[in-house]
Amino acid sequence: MRKTILTIIPILIIAATFFSGCADTKSHTRGVYMLLDTSGTYARELKKAQNIINYLLAILQPGDSLAVARIDSGSFSEKDIVAKVTFDKRPSVANSQKRIFAERIDKFVKTVKSSPYTDISGGLLQAIEFLNESGANQKTVLIFSDMEEDLVKGHVRDFQLQMDGFKVVALNVTKLRGDIVDPREYLKRIDKWRQRVESGGGQWRVINDLDHLNAILGH
Amino acid sequence: MPDPNPLFIFPDKPFLSIIILAALAVAGLYLARRQAHESIRAFCRVVRNSMRIAAKSVMRGEAQLRERNREVLLAEGMELVEREVEREFQRVALVIERDLQGYPALNRKLSEQIAHIDQDYQDSSEVPPTPPVWINAVEAVAKIQDKGGRMVGEILSDIHKTIIKMQKKAGEDYWAATRKRHKILSAMMPYWRRLAGTLDIVGRTMASLQEKAKIIDRLMNDYDEIRHGTDKAVRKLSSSSMTHFFISSFGLFIAVGGAVVNFNLVALPMSEMFGGATYIAGFPASEVGALFLILLETLTGIFFMEAMGFTKLFPFIASYDDKRRHRWAIIMLIFLFIFAGMESALAFMRDIIAAQNEALLQSLSGAGGTINAHTSFIPTATQMVMGFVLPFILAMAAIPLESFIHAARTVIGVLMVGLLRFLAALLRFFGTMFYYLGSFFIGIYDLVIFPPLWAEEKIRDSGVGRRKKEAKGKKSKAADKEKNQVRNA
Repeated sequence: MRKTILTIIPILIIAATFFSGCADTKSHTRGVYMLLDTSGTYARELKKAQNIINYLLAILQPGDSLAVARIDSGSFSEKDIVAKVTFDKRPSVANSQKRIFAERIDKFVKTVKSSPYTDISGGLLQAIEFLNESGANQKTVLIFSDMEEDLVKGHVRDFQLQMDGFKVVALNVTKLRGDIVDPREYLKRIDKWRQRVESGGGQWRVINDLDHLNAILGH
Repeated sequence: MPDPNPLFIFPDKPFLSIIILAALAVAGLYLARRQAHESIRAFCRVVRNSMRIAAKSVMRGEAQLRERNREVLLAEGMELVEREVEREFQRVALVIERDLQGYPALNRKLSEQIAHIDQDYQDSSEVPPTPPVWINAVEAVAKIQDKGGRMVGEILSDIHKTIIKMQKKAGEDYWAATRKRHKILSAMMPYWRRLAGTLDIVGRTMASLQEKAKIIDRLMNDYDEIRHGTDKAVRKLSSSSMTHFFISSFGLFIAVGGAVVNFNLVALPMSEMFGGATYIAGFPASEVGALFLILLETLTGIFFMEAMGFTKLFPFIASYDDKRRHRWAIIMLIFLFIFAGMESALAFMRDIIAAQNEALLQSLSGAGGTINAHTSFIPTATQMVMGFVLPFILAMAAIPLESFIHAARTVIGVLMVGLLRFLAALLRFFGTMFYYLGSFFIGIYDLVIFPPLWAEEKIRDSGVGRRKKEAKGKKSKAADKEKNQVRNA
């Protein structure tokens, strides 16, 4: 009996050493930062954005991070973050966090006020900062906007964005009145953002059909 | 304008240059014809011989493997028969212990019953009636001359009466003795029955032993055949191995299915313990943990089966004495129960987490939902029972696993032999093909240089050629003649 125990203990020690040695230190988590355009008439589209957030809450796993921020006159600010969370590693706790997050977003959507300007670049910078700090392995920025930037006079935003390893998805890019008259305006706008993201090392994608949300976090 | 090819003799006339170059090449090839033919033949011969040598060495390997397979098959067969014989002997020992252990008592009982019956028999034997001694007296009296005396008449009359009286008494005595004998004989019946019953038990035991002895005889014959390595034994064992392989594969397939179900049952709740974002070697820790748990259960099951003597995968466990093996089996059984309890709890937890997830999804989709989404306890109970039972089912996998390991060795050996044979045949085929490809290449070579060959043939057929031929023929005839002379001498 004693001999058996003496045999089992080294086996357990070796197994424990093996598994601790195999512990994967590389992050497998995902970080998602969603920017919501609250300027002008686009604020009315926020119900759609809420559905997308709910979808994200359903598919994100324990350990993943999610933040939702508004795009207003000066978006490069923590104050514009509506809600942020890094889900607990335990699924039951993560579920509770998701519920609270959903409630907070619901409250925001109901009480949101339209902003006069649209600082998309500032929001992007804030997103980059948040996602880099979160340590997520897969970083995604979702921009729920018409992608028409309208800056306050004096704000400087014409600089290169550092977006290595980032994926930027423009969602529900609605066509403006001018776009209908001259569609080239729309294409030019989209292309400008694509170039800006790709020149910073990021990936760019546009999803206007919200029935295909499964492509948001996929490659 | 493109630069002309430097090989062209007349750069401005490429066609002419090509023709001249081709003619030169043909002439060169014609001059080198013999050497080229020899080279092609030599190359093809080298390739063929190399392939034949390779095929031979593959066949040698195949023969060694076949021999090794045979040895392994016989060794496994011997072990199997030894185990069967051991089991039969255990059964015989059990029968002897159970039925014939009380044989001395049974024997004494039988002897007593036989003695009793013998005694009764002795008692019941018919006593011969006592010889009537008075008949002589009657005979003597009857011989007395009747001279008309009244006295004699009276004596005879008395004697007659006495005889009648005596006869009656003798008859009564006889019937009384017969009755007594019948009584004794009827008292013997239960003894006879008891004796018959006892003998029946002994007979049945003997028949069972005889049957087992027949089985042992058969097994010993098999053992003898295996020991002598007869082809019959090898064929039998080989076919048996194939059957075992397929049956055990099926058993293992079912066990793997059970393991997959088990994995799905415990992987989700494991994330509650390990965390959903922890990874081990690139895999979620919860899944690795679930897999590890299942493997531990399987290993415990294998050890339990080993300790119980169902399998013989670990010789060191089989070599333990009975007491130690028994203790080992109890420890493993306790572990199995712990694992079963753990799995049952995890299954319960899984149900709660799944319900929470479902409720969350419902609330996110706007349908609303509560944590206790399910109303029936049946799915939970089913999952818990499955969680409890599956470790024991996995433990049973040790039996098909052992059979699979033993049979796979033979089956893989047979497959390897087939593969080596195929390889050898392939090598031979390609070797032969290369050999004949040589002739083909020579033909192609001759086809390329057919103009000079045609010219050569024409010259040979003309006078010069014929003369040369004749001279050559004469020379060879003279040489043959010389040779014959030498041989005759």
